[in-house]
Amino acid sequence: MDSSPRAFKANARAAVKDPQLKRALAHVKVGFIGKRAKAVARLPEFDALRDAARDIKVHTLDHLDLYLERYEERVTAQGGQVHWCPSAADARAAVLDICRRVGAKTVTKGKSMISEEIDLNQHLEANGITPVETDLGEYIVQLRGERPSHIIAPAVHLTKDLIEADFRAQHSHLPPERSLEEPRELVEEARGILRERFLAADVGITGANFLVAETGSSIIVTNEGNGDLTQALPRVHIVIASLEKVVPTLEDATTLLRVLARSATGQEFSTYTTVSTGPRRARDLDGPEEYHVILLDNGRSEMLAGQFRDALRCIRCGACMNHCPVYHAIGGHAYGWVYPGPIGAVLTPGLIGIEEAGDLPNASTFCGRCEAVCPVRIPLPKMMRHWREREFERHLTPRAVRAGLGLWAFLASRPELYHRVTGLAARLLAALAGRKGRLRSLPLAGGWTGVRDLPAPQGRTFHALWAARNRRAGT
Amino acid sequence: MSLWEAASPMSETAPRVGLFVTCLVDLFRPSIGFAAVKLLAAAGCTVAVPRAQTCCGQPAYNTGDRHDTRTLAAQVIAVFEGFDYVVAPSGSCAAMIREHYPALLADSPELAARAEALAAKTFELVSFLTDVRGMTGVEAAFEGSAAYHDACSGLRELGIHDQPRRLLATVRGLRLEELPDADVCCGFGGTFCVKYPEISDTMVTDKVERVEQAGVGTLLAGDLGCLMNMAGKLQRRGSKIQVRHVAEVLAGMTDEPAIGAGAEDGTKDRAEGGRG
Repeated sequence: MDSSPRAFKANARAAVKDPQLKRALAHVKVGFIGKRAKAVARLPEFDALRDAARDIKVHTLDHLDLYLERYEERVTAQGGQVHWCPSAADARAAVLDICRRVGAKTVTKGKSMISEEIDLNQHLEANGITPVETDLGEYIVQLRGERPSHIIAPAVHLTKDLIEADFRAQHSHLPPERSLEEPRELVEEARGILRERFLAADVGITGANFLVAETGSSIIVTNEGNGDLTQALPRVHIVIASLEKVVPTLEDATTLLRVLARSATGQEFSTYTTVSTGPRRARDLDGPEEYHVILLDNGRSEMLAGQFRDALRCIRCGACMNHCPVYHAIGGHAYGWVYPGPIGAVLTPGLIGIEEAGDLPNASTFCGRCEAVCPVRIPLPKMMRHWREREFERHLTPRAVRAGLGLWAFLASRPELYHRVTGLAARLLAALAGRKGRLRSLPLAGGWTGVRDLPAPQGRTFHALWAARNRRAGT
Repeated sequence: MSLWEAASPMSETAPRVGLFVTCLVDLFRPSIGFAAVKLLAAAGCTVAVPRAQTCCGQPAYNTGDRHDTRTLAAQVIAVFEGFDYVVAPSGSCAAMIREHYPALLADSPELAARAEALAAKTFELVSFLTDVRGMTGVEAAFEGSAAYHDACSGLRELGIHDQPRRLLATVRGLRLEELPDADVCCGFGGTFCVKYPEISDTMVTDKVERVEQAGVGTLLAGDLGCLMNMAGKLQRRGSKIQVRHVAEVLAGMTDEPAIGAGAEDGTKDRAEGGRG
């Protein structure tokens, strides 16, 4: 599968034919959706909470400069350092500088999509530093040399059998006769291996679910506890986050946390919610000596200024992709970049350009399920449509589509001519179909008839029949 | 009662309804339009069908072509704004007028207020019959079992879910079964289904597998695009399940062969012959 949104159509064609992927994706459809629905049903005020969550994000984005400056002030006051990084390259360089300065050989990593966005692992490896993913799903995709296919469940495209095979191949120092039948055994094996890595790491890198302006804290949520070991054991803790992660207060963060876990996994709260504020203080029992925050822009300021601002409300719960029938059909890798699903279809063109990602906002039926479950009520279909409008304005829409649309619009705005043409088409198609009532193939309609029959018109248009009836009735 | 009589004024105070036929019903299945006319008349409305209508503009709108969409929206507004109500036998076309015209034309000094006014009196057929006209039942019979698929726009943009089920429950002889995942998209999506046929195929295959597992004789929905997609897929698979617009059953007008079924497929209870 080609790792570029330009290859979307080919990727999607390959994905729908992959039986293993189909089996794996069946879990998304059932598991995530059912768990979220149960969690929502248990909380009558859930919709009011979504409104509150949306309002917090809207307010913060309206005053983003203010809250980011306050956040930096608080981080600095506690002995940490914020690195403002306009681009992915700046962020990579900032991380590498810190790692080199402290002589790091291995780096443990908590789950972070920003790390994927800036290609951090590849950059560290190219510079002789070993990154070790410690989230189980991330660990598995790293073993396989893949990228995450989902923002909260990186290995959701894999079945247990495949993971077992990978573990046996990669963990060749362990006894080959050991049992890896149970998911529990896979987890235990990964834990055993990761424990040594945690102790050996020089630098720990985590993402952030929220940055809190009032306290200068970063917050992560995990279900495995790996994030805590990643940030507490090494000498240096680097937080990598994009600038829309900031929220004004801890109170705001808790409101968002209440919708985050329910929307993501159906939990009331994730197993671990960890707040870290600056480096270790004299009276602290543990913690890093250095605390850095890589604050990434990478196109977000531009989104903030335009009609895609609302997409920056996203708190990365994954509910939109969990409920997306297109994601269910093709999985996350087909999207070809970091963020899959409906939010990816809106964010990716904003971050890497619509000319690179033109298919993504088009590959949606606008069924609206994503917007219906989004905890911060991002109008995702509307934003995908806005991208289509940009494409149309910039003549990126395929020429054949434009030509067809132009002809159709010409007719549709001339009702009498339109009725003559549709009258002919109805008769012609009905005649072609004959007594069968449907067509198995039709020139220029292969997109339809390649996969399904085309029900034929009944023979005359409604307007023709209506006019005939009115004539008979003598009006 | 003949169809023309059905469309006649019931009384001086009968609301005047402009029927927005929709381009798909006009071209492919006029019988849905006549079923709508009959149901509206039964709900005490006077129905007119302006000839100057074509399409609501969704194909242009969803391709990002705002200019042509605005041209067509202006046409629809001019043709229909004189009616008390505008009713369409389609959730997606009704939602286009109700939910999207106002936003599309918000910056037009000439059209913004008129778009708002039209939106406020535009309804999907079944929603209009129940929510506006207070219809609680129909005089119709249909022998057999059916499942109802919630087409996306009607469900999520217009909140249509219980209304068709309530009316279908009053059809004599009809056994209505709940379709698992009835709220999941069928993969039609307008031009989506031909731009991304493999993805659309995967989605509609999932959908019709659910329909087949439900073990019903008939599949119903309120949007012809979705119905044609599901009917075409069922027939490609050789299924005998009949597919109809909900208005046909509610109006008791099921003599026409089902969607995509030919004369040689027989009617609903005699599904024999043909390749299927």
